[in-house]
Amino acid sequence: MKRRKLDMASVPGKAAVGVDDRFGVSTPLRKLLNKVFPDHWSFLLGEIALFSFVVLLLTGVFLTFFYEPAMTEVVYNGSYAPLRGTPMSAAYASSLDISFDVRGGLIMRQMHHWSALLFMAAIVVHMLRVFFTGAFRKPRETNWIIGSLLFWVGFLAGFTGYSLPDDGLSGTGLRIASGIMLSIPVIGSWVTSSIFGGEFPGEIIISRFFIAHVLLIPGLLVALISAHLGLVFKQKHTQWPGPGRTNDNVVGERMFPRYALKQGGFFMVVFGVIALMGGLFQINPIWYFGPYEAWVVSAASQPDWYVMFLDGSTRLMPAWEINIPIGDGYVIPPLFWPTVVLPGVLVGLSTLYPFVEARRLKDYRSHNLLQRPRDVPERTAIGAMAVAFYIVLTLSGGNDVIADKFHISLNAMTWAGRIGLLVIPPLAYYVTYRICLGLQQHDREVLAHGVETGIIRRLPDGRFEEVHQPLAAGGHDGHAELEYAGWVVPKKMNRLGALGPAIRGFFYPIEKPAEAPVSPGHPPVEPLPERKEISSGESRR
Amino acid sequence: MTSDNDRRRGLLARLRGERSAARSRGRRRLGAAVRLIAALTLAGGAYTVFAPGVQAQENPPLTGAAAEGKALFDVSCVTCHGRNAQGVDGRGPSLIGVGSASVEFQVSSGRMPMARQEAQAMRKPPVFTDEQVRQLGQFVQELGGGPQVPEGDLREGANLATGGELFRINCSQCHAFGGGGGALSSGKYAPSLRPASDRQIYAAMLSGPQNMPVFGDNQITPEQKADIIAYIQDTLKHDQDQGGFNLGRYGPSTEGLAIFLIGIVALVFASLWIAGKS
Repeated sequence: MKRRKLDMASVPGKAAVGVDDRFGVSTPLRKLLNKVFPDHWSFLLGEIALFSFVVLLLTGVFLTFFYEPAMTEVVYNGSYAPLRGTPMSAAYASSLDISFDVRGGLIMRQMHHWSALLFMAAIVVHMLRVFFTGAFRKPRETNWIIGSLLFWVGFLAGFTGYSLPDDGLSGTGLRIASGIMLSIPVIGSWVTSSIFGGEFPGEIIISRFFIAHVLLIPGLLVALISAHLGLVFKQKHTQWPGPGRTNDNVVGERMFPRYALKQGGFFMVVFGVIALMGGLFQINPIWYFGPYEAWVVSAASQPDWYVMFLDGSTRLMPAWEINIPIGDGYVIPPLFWPTVVLPGVLVGLSTLYPFVEARRLKDYRSHNLLQRPRDVPERTAIGAMAVAFYIVLTLSGGNDVIADKFHISLNAMTWAGRIGLLVIPPLAYYVTYRICLGLQQHDREVLAHGVETGIIRRLPDGRFEEVHQPLAAGGHDGHAELEYAGWVVPKKMNRLGALGPAIRGFFYPIEKPAEAPVSPGHPPVEPLPERKEISSGESRR
Repeated sequence: MTSDNDRRRGLLARLRGERSAARSRGRRRLGAAVRLIAALTLAGGAYTVFAPGVQAQENPPLTGAAAEGKALFDVSCVTCHGRNAQGVDGRGPSLIGVGSASVEFQVSSGRMPMARQEAQAMRKPPVFTDEQVRQLGQFVQELGGGPQVPEGDLREGANLATGGELFRINCSQCHAFGGGGGALSSGKYAPSLRPASDRQIYAAMLSGPQNMPVFGDNQITPEQKADIIAYIQDTLKHDQDQGGFNLGRYGPSTEGLAIFLIGIVALVFASLWIAGKS
């Protein structure tokens, strides 16, 4: 009996046919795999957030195997000698065990924390890209709102995670959070006592935060991220204007194989960067902070960077207490304004911005092409103003560390923050606006006059002028009539032509530059005739 | 039994009984004068016996080391602390009674002599040798006593866990969880503990220099001081930094900086590279 020869090359095809026979997926899958994504580096910033979320899920699951969300008091008896014999909560003891006794636990904890910081940082950077390029305009306002919500839900995820180790830093943060909740008029004390199960700290908050941190908030994040990506699929990705790109098409790479491969590679890079940071840089050394005790508050107790703007706003807020003489007297503490009202206003402003802008510009059309920031100076300036506001608050959140390490008076830092918060954002608005106008003007100038060649010509009457390479055949007086296309205007001679940079290589050229092509509008420069040396006629030898 | 009448006449009269009832006015006056003189003599005598004898001599002889210290003092310290270390208004405080612990901390860490008046003296390379510091300390000690740093090993028999707990309760508010220091108001600050020696930490706790409170032996016992010193020196300074480079141990501020300067920058370059591959 002869055995049938197995044809290896036909196995994938046969398997695929088998799958399609049973599930009928080839038609929808073909559509999916052929989906085209535009290619630009700035479109990958959101992926950093997505991939660090994946790392967060993976490392987080590892941590739950060893973490014990309980506030029962135990006496530590693990490997870290300087804490041995100290009474502490089971949560803190298990966090110490993860750090010192679980194999690979410390790098997992550090990777989890670094990827949380990276997740929030990537969200902010991605959001800035979307804002400054106008990608939030109709029809993508919903996705902008989902994105803003992702920041705030991520903020909650970060804060609950920050509280779980139950070290001195966590407890200090929780104490502040309970103070913020208490400052809410009328309902404050009820909110606080229902969350903490009574007076701070109670005995239940760690287990409540644990279930919020590992189930509720990640669930919400997964749902929001799925909706976010689904909308990107449905509404298609925006693209930069360029040759062949219109408001009604998408020019780019197919999902499979190139785009998928690139994304897979990029995931590995993100994972690698997080792993490197987790292995090389210490983050939140909980063993120095000790177990949380109400009387232990270390200097330089700060929240993670994305919460620091609230710390800053609290530090800058003057002590304005509002006394309302109703009944026995009612007090609205100054803490209420920077920590409850300010974030509320920020959520409102950020989610409503697309509608405000559309209304102001009376622009209700759909936009699938992006705008360069310089072309919309008002929006860019508003964005710069918001960034300046946020940076002043964030720096003020760490103003004690800055004051100490740079030898500045802390009082001076506080006043610099107060004045800076009012002065720097309008300044940023003005400066950005002017820079945008200047860049616009230069673009128009190059379109009209051409690219500077670097060749200086002397005219018969003694004037000097630079020879410009016109970008199109000139009309009268040599000025071209070129329309601005909303995309980069070449400003250097080696950027002319449709081919882009001629020399390959990312950081350094990997091939020798070819001879510069002769530009059509200008005759090649003749080599200068040999000049004779002016001398006295004698040999200098 | 004593009657109501007896009670009104006083103790001496009761002791003498009935015969004191008829005493002349002159005798009573004489008795009062004698009793007054006797009481004054007794009080004066008791005072002479129990009062401190310091004031008796105008210039107590200084021991050898203290005399050397006075010579140094007259050259380097007298401008701000005054000829007799009594202090100069607006320049420097009185040193009488501060003890050698204070001198040892301020001078051996280079804080004294001060370069200029400012929010607080900062650590500098010390001007005086250990021997000279000891002499200056001895001089100030002999001026009016005060706390002294004990000799010998200051970490003997220390318990790291207790030291850590005491450090977090008493020190970390200003010097921060890692001992790197922190800001106080108006340009004052709690310095980093990294360059501090055992004796300097002990002296600082005893004397409360600059803005630091005094942690006397009745608040933190010498054994507890040894625990704290051991925690600072053996754990905070000689830790192997589990988890990698500690980013200066400034807490979440530098961690936030790192995620942008390292994480985001690296990944933006990676995305430039990947997007360029088309």
